[in-house]
Amino acid sequence: MAEEITSKKLYSRTFTRNMVLIVVVVSFVPMLLVSGMILHQYSISYNEKLYAHLTEVVHRHAQDIDNFLNERLNNLQFLLDSCKDEALLDESVLQERLFQLQQKYEGEFEDLGVINKNGVQVAYAGRFSLGKAEYSDTKWFQEAFEKPYYISDVFLGLRSRPHFIVAVKSFYQGSYYLLRSTINFEIFNSLAENLRIGKTGFAFILNRDGKFQTKPHYDMLTSNKSYMDFIKAGKKAKHGIYIGEIQATSGFNQAIYLAALLKNEDWILVYQQEKQEAFSDLIRTQIVAAVILLLGALLIVIMNVLLFHKVISHMTEVDREKEMMNRQIIETGKLASVGRLAAGTAHEINNPVAIMVQEAGWIADLLEEEEFQDGKNLEEIHRALKQIGNQGKRCKEITHKLLSFARTSDTQIQDLQINEIIKEVVAISDKASYTGISINTHLDENIPLIYGSQTEIQQVLLNLINNALYALKKKGGKIDITTRLAGRYVLVIVEDDGPGIPEANLGRIFDPFFTTKPVGEGNGLGLSICFGIIQRMGGYINVHSTVDVGTRFEIRLPLQKPEALKLDEQPAETSVNPGE
Amino acid sequence: MPESQNADGKKIKVLLVDDEIRFVEVLFKRLSKRNIDVTKTFSGTEGIQALRKVDFDVAILDLKMEDMDGLEVLKVFKKMYPKIEVIILTGHESEQTAQEGMKNGAFAYLTKPCDFEDLFDTIRKATAD
Repeated sequence: MAEEITSKKLYSRTFTRNMVLIVVVVSFVPMLLVSGMILHQYSISYNEKLYAHLTEVVHRHAQDIDNFLNERLNNLQFLLDSCKDEALLDESVLQERLFQLQQKYEGEFEDLGVINKNGVQVAYAGRFSLGKAEYSDTKWFQEAFEKPYYISDVFLGLRSRPHFIVAVKSFYQGSYYLLRSTINFEIFNSLAENLRIGKTGFAFILNRDGKFQTKPHYDMLTSNKSYMDFIKAGKKAKHGIYIGEIQATSGFNQAIYLAALLKNEDWILVYQQEKQEAFSDLIRTQIVAAVILLLGALLIVIMNVLLFHKVISHMTEVDREKEMMNRQIIETGKLASVGRLAAGTAHEINNPVAIMVQEAGWIADLLEEEEFQDGKNLEEIHRALKQIGNQGKRCKEITHKLLSFARTSDTQIQDLQINEIIKEVVAISDKASYTGISINTHLDENIPLIYGSQTEIQQVLLNLINNALYALKKKGGKIDITTRLAGRYVLVIVEDDGPGIPEANLGRIFDPFFTTKPVGEGNGLGLSICFGIIQRMGGYINVHSTVDVGTRFEIRLPLQKPEALKLDEQPAETSVNPGE
Repeated sequence: MPESQNADGKKIKVLLVDDEIRFVEVLFKRLSKRNIDVTKTFSGTEGIQALRKVDFDVAILDLKMEDMDGLEVLKVFKKMYPKIEVIILTGHESEQTAQEGMKNGAFAYLTKPCDFEDLFDTIRKATAD
């Protein structure tokens, strides 16, 4: 028995583990694959969209800036074209023009100046007191004079303030002059600054050498010089914009950048943003997805373990029931074969007994002869011979009962009169081997038929009676069997006045394998089989017991045909509800 | 010892048919002491052979025999000599077999082990008509 339970435990533990593993793996793999694939696609999509968007934005900004610069140039050009050149040498005209420009373009033109080919400013209008400044040895003048128009880098000029110069060359009276204007740095700076996204997304303009043209908003850049190379190394996207990444270094996080070339590739508009911020939406989505996956995975594992435990315990239960059923079938079969065996034996015994009895009779016949009439012990011999005859009759009765019982062992389901079965079972009960025990029956002859298997009913009754006999073995006592009608059930009561069953055990006596008998004297299956039989018949069995007073088993068996109860045979007592 | 005679005043002729040898022997002795002409046979076949030679008044036939089914023997007996009265002995308590026997013309049935006096009375009743 112990081995069976252990192997079942093992079977269920390994089994559970394996099944759980299989299901978990089978659930995870597609889940991970699908999520992974979708997430990957989404990431790629997002990436593309983000960069596409930023590219457009940077491009527009670059265009705006370029437009701004070109507009300034055009303004000056127009100025030159629209008035006689000598007029510009007149400072009042210059002043007037400046004023017009400043009106039209709020605060962008700070001053106007005309510089001759020698670098001398011959006319000036503006608020800075420059007068006849000399630019001959400034780099910008040298550069500007060589081109039709010129935009300088931002630099700290004579006035020690950041500004940049826009200049247009014109030919007048045989000589070249530069019409120069200082452009408000702030306004220009803000153009670049306008490009701000989030907390770490900002733009700035550098010249070829990596020098800032606009105020760097964020003090986070690495060596500027490398920018140009850095940028050239980036991927070229739409509108000729370069895209790349700056690796994280100490103090600086990883960032993405987009760079657009301005001003004929003299300047670069760089937009930079911390990668984490740029991709914040994506990162958030990825985190959410990961959390969901994790929770999902956890849930799957937990549910599986729970589910399988449930399945296993159910299976174990089913196995147990099956075991019970098998045992019961075996027990029933045993009963049937014992019955047949007994019948065969009984039948065979009849012949020798018959012979014995007749031989004794023959002896008695012979004693009738004259020669024996004076025998001393004649009476005694006759008595003894009679006794042989009586015992032979007794043998006959015993075998008769046994054969009767065996003959009626029928597993078919049919209408039965339970009183008959009780009488038969009592007749063959083993009471001969127990002294001091009496079995009394109080059977109501008017109870209707029940519907069931004779063998099974015999089994139940035998079991209960044998249990009672076992209980009364030591001190003797009496067993009472009563039958009567109770509502829609036939009530059979088997009670004894024996030692009773302790409260603690009462709840377990119908459990399979529960027994208080010593090892080898019982397997604890009898009552559980009885319980099963009665339950399947649609009946009820319960037990009442008090220690040192007695035990009472009550069985209620349903009537198959309630209409069989005739009208004039209504039971005298009120109906008893089952389960009481 | 009560004696008996048949209607003609002659001894009653009884045929025993049973494969339990000892049983037949003791019955033979006891019946003979009561002045009955007993013939012993130990199988259905032997019984039939005996009936060919002699018209018995009564046959005592065991239903459960090795060589032939007792019922078969009964039918044959009744065919051979319808006047014969057959008392069948059944070992098992099967009502059905006994009824079968009665239907096939047996006079009476007794169960083994049987009381000798009952048997003797039955023989006398059988020969009374």
